[in-house]
Amino acid sequence: MSTRLHVDVAVIGGGLVGSSAALALSQMGMSVALLDRRYCGAQASGVNYGGVRRQGRPPEQLPLSQRAHAVWPRLKALIGIDGEFLRSGHLKLAMSEADMASLEAYAAKVADCGLDLELLGHNELHRRFPWLGDAVGGSFCAGDGHANPRLVATGFAAAARRAGVHVLENTPVTGVARNGAGFALEAGEGLKLTAGTVINSAGAWADRFAAEFGEPVPLRRIYPSMVVTEPLEPVLTVNIGMEGGGIYARQVERGNCIVGGERAEALTDADFSRPRSDGALAIMSRAAALFPGLAKAQAIRFWSGTEAEMPDRNPVIGPSLTTPGLIHAFGFSGAGFQIAPGVGEVLAELVRDGRTTTPIEAFSIARFVAGTATDRTTLGSGAGKEQEPQRRGA
Amino acid sequence: MSLFHRIARSDHAPVRFLLDGVPCEGREGDTLLTAILTHVDKVRVSDFSGAPRAGFCQIGVCQDCWVTLADGERVRACTTPLTAGMSVVTGAAA
Amino acid sequence: MSRPQPLVVGAGPAGVRAAETLVKAGLRPLVVDEAPACGGQIYRRPLVKDERDARALYGSEAGKAQRLHGAFAALAGRIEHWPRALVWNLRDGRADIAVAGESRAVAYDGLILATGASDRVLPVPGWTLPGVFTLGGAQVALKAQGCAIGQRVVFAGSGPLLYLVAWQYMKAGVKVVAVLDAAPLAAKRHLLRGLALAPDIVLRGMRFAAELRLNGVMLRHGICDLAFEGEGRVAGVRWREGRRERHLFCDGAGYGLSLRSETQLADLAGCAFAFNQRDRAFLPQRDPSGRTSVRGVYIAGDGAGIAGADAAELAGERAALALLEDRGLPHAPERAADLERKLARIGRFRDVLEAAFPFPAQWAARVKDETVVCRCEEVSAGALRNAVRDFSLDEINRLKAVSRIGMGRCQGRFCGAAAAELLAVETGRGVEAVGRLRSQPPVKPVPLTLMPREAAE
Repeated sequence: MSTRLHVDVAVIGGGLVGSSAALALSQMGMSVALLDRRYCGAQASGVNYGGVRRQGRPPEQLPLSQRAHAVWPRLKALIGIDGEFLRSGHLKLAMSEADMASLEAYAAKVADCGLDLELLGHNELHRRFPWLGDAVGGSFCAGDGHANPRLVATGFAAAARRAGVHVLENTPVTGVARNGAGFALEAGEGLKLTAGTVINSAGAWADRFAAEFGEPVPLRRIYPSMVVTEPLEPVLTVNIGMEGGGIYARQVERGNCIVGGERAEALTDADFSRPRSDGALAIMSRAAALFPGLAKAQAIRFWSGTEAEMPDRNPVIGPSLTTPGLIHAFGFSGAGFQIAPGVGEVLAELVRDGRTTTPIEAFSIARFVAGTATDRTTLGSGAGKEQEPQRRGA
Repeated sequence: MSLFHRIARSDHAPVRFLLDGVPCEGREGDTLLTAILTHVDKVRVSDFSGAPRAGFCQIGVCQDCWVTLADGERVRACTTPLTAGMSVVTGAAA
Repeated sequence: MSRPQPLVVGAGPAGVRAAETLVKAGLRPLVVDEAPACGGQIYRRPLVKDERDARALYGSEAGKAQRLHGAFAALAGRIEHWPRALVWNLRDGRADIAVAGESRAVAYDGLILATGASDRVLPVPGWTLPGVFTLGGAQVALKAQGCAIGQRVVFAGSGPLLYLVAWQYMKAGVKVVAVLDAAPLAAKRHLLRGLALAPDIVLRGMRFAAELRLNGVMLRHGICDLAFEGEGRVAGVRWREGRRERHLFCDGAGYGLSLRSETQLADLAGCAFAFNQRDRAFLPQRDPSGRTSVRGVYIAGDGAGIAGADAAELAGERAALALLEDRGLPHAPERAADLERKLARIGRFRDVLEAAFPFPAQWAARVKDETVVCRCEEVSAGALRNAVRDFSLDEINRLKAVSRIGMGRCQGRFCGAAAAELLAVETGRGVEAVGRLRSQPPVKPVPLTLMPREAAE
């Protein structure tokens, strides 16, 4: 079978970033092909924890994060479903005075970024959240929340399809190269595609495309590890994180609690992964201690997935330095869910206007090009550390 | 009204337990499911619709018969032997 | 350090014979089973002895049950036996076993999965009502607990178990109102072929039907659109025969459509799966000896594909011989060949049974939107159809992701087959084309407070 297709934009990778970019581009009137080697939204975008969280991100991510923040309440209008988005608030706990100090330092650093963080001391914390076990204090961001990643990721791809995007699943891109003014791609079984612009949003598979254009990056695969409880009476009223990353937890409206932490392991087919038993047990035990209301609960299901992490835990977003018409957006390092819908808009602007109104310089691939050292912003409070490997028990 | 009807083991030693606070008697050798269903016709209500449930497979596979004990403990009734003093909460008036 | 011992999961017919064979060769396997005593589901033992003897409990199979129980008892001291224990995860030669509130990590060298089966069902209206149980469940209530599930009981569905359980209830003095077989009467002609392969089983089945009829039990064939009715508990059953709608009052019901294999552990062990036409399900791939695609992992009994208890005993022994051979121990090749011949013969009989009790494949096209397909998460057929359309889905794990089918406490054991059938019909493909639900640990619910403990060995 041989098929030919010409589009304005070819998007490689149908995760949340690629799907939301495809939708935005289509709404701008461009023709778009969205290619995924398996299923749209089935990898990092669909298997992450589901935190819709600005709190804890490094300052350079916050303009993008704020842009995405405006998209989340509009999901229903944008993709036809609300994705179970709940603006529950996000509470980041400190388990020691030192951790509390770093929460305070973070709050001071981002004071002008519009997060409206509330620092809570021990007493106030337990008065507001009486279901919490022992903690020294916390930082609360009322505007943050959580959503169902499986629905949101799949929903963006479905909306893109309805908007006229050629959504091509089970269609791995086997070749991509500059071709005259644009690109020639080969994908799936005999699909030949030409496109003016290519977006590389291939997540954990994006490094091979970047390398193909002379931009190798130190991308590493990481595997989150989640535990789901049976449906329970309401216990966790907010999305919970922890300074230092010991645990994160949320409860969905149907009653299941999702508890994450630790890392999963790749299977023989490294595209798939599974939580480690010892890691899951550690998380379960921590959850039962931190949330007494969960102490009698049963765990009914674990899950994992494949995410891409960059050494500095910031994504790569922006134009290629070697190849005109190629735009990268990958490496969200376990913290891409909340900002992805904003990234989609930014990518669409980049394609249409060649620039974007949201600052993204910090995410340039230039920082990984030998000899182009850029000044790294330090992570301060521990940006995105909610999904970092454990300090203990690992 | 009970769902189950005993046709054997009626003479075995009684085992006392509480069902929604009401003293009841099972028999030695009962599972918790049997003990409950020889008195009433459900073990819990559905998490979502609130519809009554009374188990289904009885071999620990379908997970339909999870019940809550008064201390908050949750057990699968069909694979849990009845023991004296158990206190079961079915989640609605029996 | 010496090599770790083999692990046998399941102490039913396959697991017991596997363990016995390993012990004969001088190994000391760990046998893990969820039940308090050996026997599996078919030869399950009451928690305490009651006034009924083996003949009353196991009928014509009493001799086999007693021999199996005896064989296992004789292994005492020569195996490690963990009853009431759940293997909740497996990977690369290590099993995580929940026992007495602890999780023990056990290293094994050689794994024999004898995980058995449970009833296969297709959801029908009212199947979640109290008083409606699987055929296997109805049988456990009677045999292991000495209880009837009602005083006017209907048995519906298909498969040999339908007639066996109905007959057992009748013999126990319970009023059996009707036996409603989804298989058309014409399909039963296939049993004639079975007479040559397994005359005793075919004749016994015919005797069950004849005795039920003699005792005034209504027997119907080719029924469809089955529905259970009642407010708060089952009070009646409705079905269609051709263009006639029929109804009966009842206060208990057993329902099942043959059996389905428990394959979660094989999946977690990394075994390759393939679609099996006879069982209409994805099953772990295995060779005639029970070897899977993963070195050192063997599978036997109904967990490898439905074949019944006799086959399970043979397959358990055969798989153990394969393990011995792969471990460089004496492995009785002639006995192995004989076992494989017997298993092949049973396989041919299974083909006959499948033809006589065919899967009601029209279910997916006929099931009404409001019927609850997933009883854990209460997902309706209509919700599934909408999900398939709204998200343009064609793969079962994607359908799971957006609809929650298979995400509940039972992890798709009771809705997975139905969801696959629906997805196949909605996308105009065969059920083998929509994929299979990937298994995730824990294979059954475990408490958050499960405490890890390294096993002594």
